[in-house]
Amino acid sequence: MKIAVLIKEVPDTGADRTLNQHTGLADRAASEAVLDEIGERTLEVALKILDSQPETHITVLSMGPETIQATLRKALAMGAAGAIHVSDEQLLGADLMLTAQVLAAALRRDQYDLILTGNMSTDGSAGMLPVMLAELLSLPAATSLSQITITDGVLQGTRELEGATAQVSTPLPAIASITEALPDARFPNFKGIMAAKKKPIEVLSLADLDVEALPADTARSIMLTVNQRPAREAGTIMTDDGQAATALVEFLAKNNLV
Amino acid sequence: MTTFAPDSILVFLETTLGGEPAKSTAELLGAAAGIGTPVAVIAAEAEHLEALAAHAAQAGAHSVLSAQVDSVVLTAPLADVLQQAYELVQPQAVLLAHSLTSREVAARFAVRHKLALSVDALGVQRDEQGVIASHSIYGGAFATTSAPTFGAPVITVRVGSIEERAQAQELALRALDVAAGDSAEITVQDVSSVQADSARPELRTATKVVSGGRGLGSAEQFELVYQLADALEAGVGASRAAVDAGFIEHAAQVGQTGVAVSPQLYVALGISGAIQHKAGMQTAKTIVAINKDSDAPIFEIADFGIVGDVFKIVPRVISALEARKAQ
Ligand SMILES: Cc1cc2nc3c(=O)[nH]c(=O)nc-3n(C[C@H](O)[C@H](O)[C@H](O)COP(=O)(O)OP(=O)(O)OC[C@H]3O[C@@H](n4cnc5c(N)ncnc54)[C@H](O)[C@@H]3O)c2cc1C
Repeated sequence: MKIAVLIKEVPDTGADRTLNQHTGLADRAASEAVLDEIGERTLEVALKILDSQPETHITVLSMGPETIQATLRKALAMGAAGAIHVSDEQLLGADLMLTAQVLAAALRRDQYDLILTGNMSTDGSAGMLPVMLAELLSLPAATSLSQITITDGVLQGTRELEGATAQVSTPLPAIASITEALPDARFPNFKGIMAAKKKPIEVLSLADLDVEALPADTARSIMLTVNQRPAREAGTIMTDDGQAATALVEFLAKNNLV
Repeated sequence: MTTFAPDSILVFLETTLGGEPAKSTAELLGAAAGIGTPVAVIAAEAEHLEALAAHAAQAGAHSVLSAQVDSVVLTAPLADVLQQAYELVQPQAVLLAHSLTSREVAARFAVRHKLALSVDALGVQRDEQGVIASHSIYGGAFATTSAPTFGAPVITVRVGSIEERAQAQELALRALDVAAGDSAEITVQDVSSVQADSARPELRTATKVVSGGRGLGSAEQFELVYQLADALEAGVGASRAAVDAGFIEHAAQVGQTGVAVSPQLYVALGISGAIQHKAGMQTAKTIVAINKDSDAPIFEIADFGIVGDVFKIVPRVISALEARKAQ
């Protein structure tokens, strides 16, 4: 079975993240870029399949700047067989549509049985890419899965809806997106790290993929303005002396909150 | 033959599994009325269509287009309906909720029509050139606006972010006959509801929210969060640590990878205030925190903070609230 795992580098959510106020782009110098946590979990789903079905072949795919190569190398050390890095200056500030078109073009170059993604990134929070790929590649998409199993060419999963869960299934080939309910990734071991050095990372440009950054027939979403919100300031902080509860209720009453 | 206003805004209204209008209905129509003439599109099981259409008109839709679908869970058939409505109405913008289902409908539809997508908007405005969406990035640290290079934008709107409401309209209904599309789709075997209670305000749209964190210690002790929420008539939220520990279901998670809320009042109990949690609540009007660690980062953004034990303080707050009500 051939699996493609889509991963993405994002600004670290554990620190303050900054947008450049002139370009509207993520300020890469201001915050450290890390592999989006959901991407690690997605890779782990593929690695679990590899554990039980050794003939599985995992390819990690990412679009982004040069720095992503270290992350791709780590994925290879964990057990992926190959990696594809789509890198092109014209992709700076790419919107969702262009991103989906680029990833779909990279995925069309091979016959994958399963395309695995996270349900949502921490920098874009759109939660749309999996179904955009489904449309572009004419594949079924089982999204927001908190459980996933593959048996005899059929994907089964638990889909997290709002206020409900659904048991879903689809024959492969298919796209699946997973939620953070699934476990975090394993650590690469020494043997894996050594083996990764010999594994290939294929680098592709827009020209290689035959994708135009600004085709005349496709509307793009552009950022018009960027403003930083003023930071919040702390108010009254008191240590509980037995009276704090009453003081809180008075504060709420004064602010018309009760 | 109905004709549609040149400034029509097409609003895709989501339906719950039980066939009810989604909570986002009134605010989406409210947002649309602010920038043009709201035209609603509804896709649901046949038996619910009539009531849903009446509700949409009541909430401000000038006309309603409705179509029957077998299930409201699969998003490709819903996108087929939206597509047909779009071709008929030729609107200036398409609005949907940024909910799990609607955002997938938006994404599929935008790909099919090569239209620009604007996601997770907090508001929509209009200028000389067309419709603009405003957004909040990185958990409220930045405010941005976006617009399409051309064509109607497809905009998903964060649930609970629009206060405007539209005036009720007379029902002008038109049924669409949408043939089953040829999109590949999955099979849904079984749907089970996990909604625990409906008496409490829903987290996303609640004007007050009480959230509990790891500091609550156990699922049994998390009951304290519900008690304070009920005393304040608030919705209930949680930190990821509380969700991971199984105190409460994932749908209640507030933060980066959970729900983002901007209520009038947000009360954080036993929550440290990690950046990823703040990303989902720091735009609340008033923040109250109770935590036994005076160095907890939540105090840096709290309007009113108490350093102390939630198990001692919260019961006293509840009795003080009850005493106040009894007066
Ligand atoms: C990619 C990513 C996404 C994430 N997304 C989210 C998200 O969406 N939402 C989210 O919340 N987190 C998220 N996190 C996790 C986040 O980093 C924190 O781990 C989490 O918010 C901590 O939850 P907590 O405050 O309940 O727990 P802790 O940090 O353990 O804090 C518990 C607090 O309870 C206090 N306490 C203990 N006992 C008592 C008592 N008896 N009385 C009063 N106070 C007490 C302690 O002093 C402490 O401050 C994310 C992390 C990552 C990496």
